[in-house]
Amino acid sequence: MSFIQIENISKKFDGVTVVDNISQDINQGELFAILGGSGSGKTTLLRMLAGFERPSSGRILLNGKDMTDLPPYQRPVNMMFQSYAVFPHMSVAKNVGYGLVKENIKKPEIDHRVEEILALVQLSSFSNRKPNQLSGGQLQRVALARALIKKPKVLLLDEPLAALDKKLREQTQFELMNIQHELGITFILVTHDQEEAMTLASRIAVMNEGKFIQTGTPTEIYEYPSNRFVADFVGSINLFEGIVATNDSNATQVKTDALGLLAASPDARVNVGETLWVAIRPEKISLSKKTISSTDINSVKGAVWDLGYYGNHCVYRIKTDNGTYLQVTTQNQSRATGLDINWKDEVHLSWDPACCMVLRE
Amino acid sequence: MGSGLLYGVKRVSTPKVPTSERLWQLFVIYLPYLWLLLFFLVPFLIIFKISFSDPVIGQPPFTPLFDSSESSFIHVTLDNYRFLFEDNLYWLSYLKSAKIAAISTFWCLLIGYPMAYGIARAKPVQRNILLMLVILPFWTSFLLRVYAWMGMLSTHGLINTALLASGLIEQPLKMLYSDTAVYLGIIYSYLPFMILPLYASLERLDNSMREAASDLGASPYRVFTDVTLPLSLPGVIAGCLLVFIPAMGEYVIPALLGGLDSLMIGRQLFNEFYSNRDWPVATAVATILLIILLVPIMLLQRYQIAQEDGP
Ligand SMILES: Nc1ncnc2c1ncn2[C@@H]1O[C@H](COP(=O)(O)OP(=O)(O)OP(=O)(O)O)[C@@H](O)[C@H]1O
Ligand SMILES: [Mg+2]
Repeated sequence: MSFIQIENISKKFDGVTVVDNISQDINQGELFAILGGSGSGKTTLLRMLAGFERPSSGRILLNGKDMTDLPPYQRPVNMMFQSYAVFPHMSVAKNVGYGLVKENIKKPEIDHRVEEILALVQLSSFSNRKPNQLSGGQLQRVALARALIKKPKVLLLDEPLAALDKKLREQTQFELMNIQHELGITFILVTHDQEEAMTLASRIAVMNEGKFIQTGTPTEIYEYPSNRFVADFVGSINLFEGIVATNDSNATQVKTDALGLLAASPDARVNVGETLWVAIRPEKISLSKKTISSTDINSVKGAVWDLGYYGNHCVYRIKTDNGTYLQVTTQNQSRATGLDINWKDEVHLSWDPACCMVLRE
Repeated sequence: MGSGLLYGVKRVSTPKVPTSERLWQLFVIYLPYLWLLLFFLVPFLIIFKISFSDPVIGQPPFTPLFDSSESSFIHVTLDNYRFLFEDNLYWLSYLKSAKIAAISTFWCLLIGYPMAYGIARAKPVQRNILLMLVILPFWTSFLLRVYAWMGMLSTHGLINTALLASGLIEQPLKMLYSDTAVYLGIIYSYLPFMILPLYASLERLDNSMREAASDLGASPYRVFTDVTLPLSLPGVIAGCLLVFIPAMGEYVIPALLGGLDSLMIGRQLFNEFYSNRDWPVATAVATILLIILLVPIMLLQRYQIAQEDGP
């Protein structure tokens, strides 16, 4: 039996289905991320777990106990709000200690625990400040401390790091992982930032239009997306439509209009003659000015059409001789003033069939 | 090269804002002050001045403050104030007014808060309709509405007729010309002034604050006392001032609905002005009333400044 069991949860607002029959098990101590675009129903699902929204149908079980009908203040679940919702009329210490006051814990113990948790989120010197005297990042940490102090069984985080700049976000991500590791709390994290989901989560559910499209580890989601939507949503990808020409245990070969015959890793589920998509991640393609591949298959010639320099890597857009565009990323491993491959250069592209996958839908 | 540098320095030191625009800015900034000066401070100073004069029979019915014909150039008397202090009638009236205004304010808050809360939590479409209903009474004249209350409360009025017909009472109840009628009238008339500022502050209150409190273990009652009420305090204060201040000086309602013994200060003021034609005493009554009303406002202001400064 899993720690959290979500059973056929649906939510309708005025007849519009926002969460559509989701079932999911979540283990104790897991950091589970829900990744989806704006309006996909992430917040609504989280609010049902917290108890602010009543499911139109389905059940939520925690430790085998049905908590679908429990009001929020009776659930062993705490939430960190997308808007932080820090109480403006209370000091930082009062905000953080609020949940303990409600548990009838004695004042010295509350003070002690508030101090402890403020040290954890590095806000010790701010305990007497009012929220309007804090920066966005500090407010966010107050909200986190306030949700953590009750040592809930489950912590729900709704886009907790969205308001932070990149540096602070990365730093806080590590802090979050440490805290999660230290306290052993189950985290359910909602985000629309795929990098955040990748770095933090032990498992990711990709959500679209109220449904979980795929659930898996970050690697599974990235390297083995179950369909075009997931492949496209998580990371960048080159997709080519084609018809399966041959399919055996060595390779699946697909005839595409764009690049001719392509070989992908074998997939027993596809049939010869079926129309589907071949997908290649940009970083799996090697780029060279000289011919590197001995075979014709999975190798094309083209010219650099567009080029983006990102410091640690480059993103190329290559136009092949027949007018197809491919995206390729390369690592900048050497330190040079100019790039090896530049605008308008003639290049050869090739990739391993094992890095190529076929996707339906 | 030198001139270019000079030009740069010059531009920094005198930002070029056209004079007409600057004048316009000043005008906009000081317009409210001008308004207050013209329509509040100047009239008040006139009233204040009269309160130091002696009453005379004539036109105007008070002695001038500056009189060049007499030996003492300035003629000031404190008799009016002394009179107010010595005559119990005035103190009792002030007290009675304060009591009626305070109790009415309390009831307005008690009735108005749940209403404002309900409106703020309603769906947008319903919200507009409910707000309209709150404002709707202003479409008819204030005086007419008070007269309507007379019609309802009088011995042969709507309420008594209905009660008699239903057999609940044998004798008509005496409701009109009593303090109860005054309370009813004031609460009814000033309720919108309580609801609107309360609504404004409750509507602005982020719902996630309430949810956060609930999430941290606060029961609905504690959510209200810990979050909703403190965060709507500015609305409570504004509403209470908007009801208390005019209710304190109310004349029409006690005059029409109150008994002959309803000694509210507004009525005393009216009597001094029109029945006794004693303008100096009347203006002294008004001056004291203003001072009494300034005290709660100033206390609140100090409280608010303390709040903003934080601990
Ligand atoms: N209380 C509500 N009443 C009606 N519709 C709602 C309500 N709450 C959410 N919705 C709708 O449900 C859909 C999903 O909303 P939700 O807030 O769950 O999205 P989300 O995935 O969290 O998006 P975002 O990334 O923008 O936060 C939206 O189309 C929204 O308009
Ligand atoms: Mg959301």
